Amino acid sequence: MSSRSLSRSAVPSQPTGAVQVLTRDGELLEAPPISFQQTRKLYRTMTLGRAFDRHAVVLQTQGLLTSYAPAEGQEAAQVGSAAALRHHDWMVPSYREPIAMWMHGYPLDRLLAARAGSELGGSPPTGVNVLPLSLSIGSQLTHAVGLAWAERLQGRRRIALTYFGDGATSEGDFHEAMNFAARFSIGCIFLCQNNGWAISTPRSRQTASETIAQKAIAYGMPGYQVDGNDLFAVYKTTLRAIRRARMGKGPTLIEALTYRLGPHTTSDDAARYRTDKEVESWRQSDPLTRVRLYLSRNDAWSPEWQVDIDRRIAHQIEMAVDSLNHVHGLTPEECFDAMYAELPTHLVAQRASALEFVQ
Amino acid sequence: MSQVNLAEALNRTLDHALAELEHVVILGQDVASIGGMFGVTSGLAAKYGIDRVIDTPVSESGTVGVGLGLAIAGMCPVLELPLIGLSYSAFNQIATHVSRIRNRSRHRFTAPLVIRVPFGGGTRSPEHHSDSMEAIYAHVPGLKVLVPSTPVDAAGLLRSAIEDPDPVLFFEPARLYRSIAQELPAQAIRAPIGVASVSRGGSQVTILTWGSMVRDAITAADQVENDGVSVEVLDLRSLVPLDINAITDSVAKTGRAIVLHEAPRTGGFGADVAAQIQEHCFSLLKSPVRRITGWDTVFPLRLSEHLYMPSVERISSIVKQVVLE
Repeated sequence: MSSRSLSRSAVPSQPTGAVQVLTRDGELLEAPPISFQQTRKLYRTMTLGRAFDRHAVVLQTQGLLTSYAPAEGQEAAQVGSAAALRHHDWMVPSYREPIAMWMHGYPLDRLLAARAGSELGGSPPTGVNVLPLSLSIGSQLTHAVGLAWAERLQGRRRIALTYFGDGATSEGDFHEAMNFAARFSIGCIFLCQNNGWAISTPRSRQTASETIAQKAIAYGMPGYQVDGNDLFAVYKTTLRAIRRARMGKGPTLIEALTYRLGPHTTSDDAARYRTDKEVESWRQSDPLTRVRLYLSRNDAWSPEWQVDIDRRIAHQIEMAVDSLNHVHGLTPEECFDAMYAELPTHLVAQRASALEFVQ
Repeated sequence: MSQVNLAEALNRTLDHALAELEHVVILGQDVASIGGMFGVTSGLAAKYGIDRVIDTPVSESGTVGVGLGLAIAGMCPVLELPLIGLSYSAFNQIATHVSRIRNRSRHRFTAPLVIRVPFGGGTRSPEHHSDSMEAIYAHVPGLKVLVPSTPVDAAGLLRSAIEDPDPVLFFEPARLYRSIAQELPAQAIRAPIGVASVSRGGSQVTILTWGSMVRDAITAADQVENDGVSVEVLDLRSLVPLDINAITDSVAKTGRAIVLHEAPRTGGFGADVAAQIQEHCFSLLKSPVRRITGWDTVFPLRLSEHLYMPSVERISSIVKQVVLE
């Protein structure tokens, strides 16, 4: 390690050169990209994301979920970007974007089912163009490129947006996807949620680049660094990238500077590698607080409304959690039946063997 | 009808597929500009355009990952990896996503794509060209693994692979691309996936093999016939799914089985074939199932590759041992 990289702070500093529309105090730096009504809707969605996340962590500690990757702190990066998509566009998540997936049509109960250990959670409803979770870091980026390319080849103007973290930018597939997409002007948005940490590895250990956004330059595509805790900045920048993609002008890399307030997963203890002080400083930049202050400042938020949406959200989550009572694993037949379109004879025989030992 | 070699048979099959199936696209390194590493896609870009026959960056993992995205959203990609040694760069995409997306999404998303991979020795090529690692792919649940040994089978199996709703690893024996010619019908043909083929009839021992070894097995069988040994050669053609009925039919008839492959012995696909023969035909066997394989060594470079390849002499010698001892 050079002394230069050692002296750099372990996590992204609070954005300076990044695109920002709304300050952490809820003050506008320019005209907002969406109306108060839309902002209230997205604020409600961010609130749902936060509540879902906290419930999921509790469910995991109760043993109902195998593992959960909390997204607390990253709500603006996810809600702001997903809000810019159209219904038929493709979303290709990694594994920490539950609220973005929900916004794009993935039901909460299926998100929970996937985390509870049921393959049935890997299937979004018909017409919902969201791929299932991808746990192999960075490997999903090329899928998004192919999806967007297929849409263009079939004469449709649908685009793809894929999520990944700062750690994924060190993977070879990041390079191959970015290069492919730019070379063929594919309408794919690469949305990097730089949340500071890849498990215990800080962003400074991932790359000697000053920013992740600047990597776009080498590939021949636009790259933006945005304040990832600023709903408006994320929305505005993603929309700009999507419009460009839809016009056939190619991909964009967006680095959303945000912070994972929780552990990597429920199996992780983040206190082993980062300080409370660091976490606390990012709590001061909470993406929900910022929008609430903005709405409040403009008489578009009230404590009564907050109580009302909190109550409705609690009910919404309760329904999803109730569904866990009915979630089940695969039947012996189902373990085999989705391996191929038509079951080959050796699997027919193996399925019969499996059934012999099932009560 | 005209005589074509295996590379030409593949070329003609891709030509038919591009003409008849609108969602077929070909992606790979150099596939448009020069017809790929072995000329299999020659002339297709000129005929169908560079939007359907697409030169990719040097990017094996990228090509397979992008191919999967294309397949999920309605296209039918035929991907060419330049050689077996470069398929390892794409292995994560194949084992982590291509083979699993149907199961992971409960049929909601599927991967109807073909990955063509030239493989095998005997071509005096540099390192990494000559491996036979079909067993690695046969071990990954969710894939189909095909290995043609003749121009007609290459054409029929490739067309069937393109039309198959699941991902197919299509291994092309590089040694055979231009070394054998057959009559091939002018129109597209199909060969059933999962069906072996008796390449040569015989009564005393069955050689079960695939790819470039089929021809050597036939040559060896012809030689030992002079010694009064009758050999049946069964070309498995499809490793996954495997035609267990054809295997048991033949071994039940001959009572002896030799599994022959170019790949290293330990963990080779032959081990699985041998195990299945004992499971299904134990009481019918007159002698232990034997394996003739490459060695558990790195495939040697050009000047020494003859030390590795199962030769006709090695095959003949073991066949005689098995039948006459």
